[in-house]
Amino acid sequence: MRGNPASPGAVAGPVVRLTPPPVLPEHWDPQAAPEAELIVAAEALGATVEYLEERAASVSGESKSILETQAMMATDPSLRAGIETSVENGRPAAWAIRDAFSKHITELTNIGGYLGERAADLIDIRDRAIAAALGLAPPGIPETDRPFVLVGQDIAPADTVLLDPAKVLAIVTEKGGPTSHTAIIARALGIPAVVGCAAAAGLADGQTIAVDGARGIVVVDPPAEYVVHIEAEAAQARARTASYSGPGATADGHPLKLMLNVGGSGLAAAEAAADAEGIGLFRTEFLFLDRTEAPGVEEQRAAYGEVFRDFAGRPVVIRTLDAGADKPLPFVNSDDEPNPALGVRGFRIDMRKPELLCAQLEAISLAASEHDADVRVMAPMISTVHEAIAFRTLARSYGIDNVGVMIEVPAAAIRAKDILAEVDFVSIGTNDLSQYTYAADRLLGDLGELLDPWQPALLGLVATVARAGEEAGKPVGICGEAAGDPGLAPVFAGMGITSLSMSLSAVPAVRAALKGYTREQCEALAREVLLAPDVRTSRKIGRIGPSARLA
Amino acid sequence: MSSRNVVIGSSVGLHARPARLLVDAVAKQSVRVRIGRSEDHLVDASSILAVMSLGVRGGEEIVLTAEGEGAEEAVSELAALLARDLDSGE
Repeated sequence: MRGNPASPGAVAGPVVRLTPPPVLPEHWDPQAAPEAELIVAAEALGATVEYLEERAASVSGESKSILETQAMMATDPSLRAGIETSVENGRPAAWAIRDAFSKHITELTNIGGYLGERAADLIDIRDRAIAAALGLAPPGIPETDRPFVLVGQDIAPADTVLLDPAKVLAIVTEKGGPTSHTAIIARALGIPAVVGCAAAAGLADGQTIAVDGARGIVVVDPPAEYVVHIEAEAAQARARTASYSGPGATADGHPLKLMLNVGGSGLAAAEAAADAEGIGLFRTEFLFLDRTEAPGVEEQRAAYGEVFRDFAGRPVVIRTLDAGADKPLPFVNSDDEPNPALGVRGFRIDMRKPELLCAQLEAISLAASEHDADVRVMAPMISTVHEAIAFRTLARSYGIDNVGVMIEVPAAAIRAKDILAEVDFVSIGTNDLSQYTYAADRLLGDLGELLDPWQPALLGLVATVARAGEEAGKPVGICGEAAGDPGLAPVFAGMGITSLSMSLSAVPAVRAALKGYTREQCEALAREVLLAPDVRTSRKIGRIGPSARLA
Repeated sequence: MSSRNVVIGSSVGLHARPARLLVDAVAKQSVRVRIGRSEDHLVDASSILAVMSLGVRGGEEIVLTAEGEGAEEAVSELAALLARDLDSGE
């Protein structure tokens, strides 16, 4: 059976299916006695609380805090009161639990936003309690001692945080695209995965399957030779990836800089020591989030300086504040907007409140003068040449020489030539550029296919910007999900992109992928992909390219 | 009855974590504490679900009330907690 290749690697093992949440029929047998039902419901809820507390005790940090909060929700006095009322009205335990939760789930959902998402926590707790009341196995990942291949419709975000890479050999889901939450988590954890494999619905617990995450193939009861073959191949691919180091380049030495996306206070030692050519995207949001007012120049100067110091001698592209949309700040985004992604965000805020940007540029300039890093600055959400000029002028007035802008709005991509005439470089943010090109909210999992970085219209815009960069003789980088996709790296090299900026974990595979092609082959691949009529075809060209060549 | 208005210090508002810290603090009090946007619409501050369901945002002003002996102290202690930025660590 076939699905989308979501995370490379190959392995064989026994199937363990995700236990689905319990479904309550609309009709039930009359209850024996309210007292007995109340005891069953209380015990079920109690077992759920106990489970959450045990889990909280076994972890630390953010996960602990989340689980402790869930445990508190499950012990809430209003739930107990709700269950009692419902049982008194003649409902059996499991139905009473559902009644008691439903009011709160609806309330949280109606609030929307971050709090609305907590409704999912309540649904998890409810389903666990209902399963306990019915005497069923708890929903989610079953507890087993030996390693297994996890198979399910799709894996809920709450379940993915519980994935243990030591136990989960591979993941196969019936739904989901290559950019689904499951695929991203699997890649981050290094677990081979095939998603969107509809035929996996027929797999039963205990069946042995072989999963080839690089090709998107699942084989039931595979012959031993096949397993040996794909595992050896995967090991070879891993070894090949690990054997390269140094600057990014094609097989014939055409350079494509490999940079890091960095954000957060205090840079991890691993990032500073990484085999990468610099920072292509230094996010500054971390200093501003969870604050009631903007940090002062001195605080910013110290925070930026730390990163500049760690990357001494290497280029660092620092992005000015990208607030708004999914990252609202109380001191910046004062008005309620019906469509925040289309609202006052990124540089659009700076036009209205220049004091924020001025303080930031002053801090960057001061920090840069104290350290030996090659500091460059860029603005997010630029949509017009006028905005690019405004940013460049302001940044230069603070003594910053190397000034660029993000291309994440189609308007800016279309006019890349004019923008590049005014600034020193551009960086394409493919996540937002997809969102605006396809009019598809980045946060809506349902529209995942439209947000696939292999979508031809997105790649067409990237090629337009790359061409403008070549003509102007100025660098064009990519930061965002697409830059870390090893399959796309040779395509981007062929378009004339000059740097890719990604998370630390993505660098080795991207570096190895580039080594598989000469510049000329990259150009041929880019031409072919740009002619693809749809996303399936472009992905297929990307996939078949290397395998045809290796054969 | 003791009552006080507080501006929420957490920028994201009374979401899960700040709400839990409030409920934990209320549990240590011997008086009944209620919270809401106005005195006509108060909920039990010892229920995390009730507190979260208010959907209070950062910077919003809420009212805290308590009844009984020690109400004054309880309200002032909890008001100080809520005025802090509960997202920035313990």
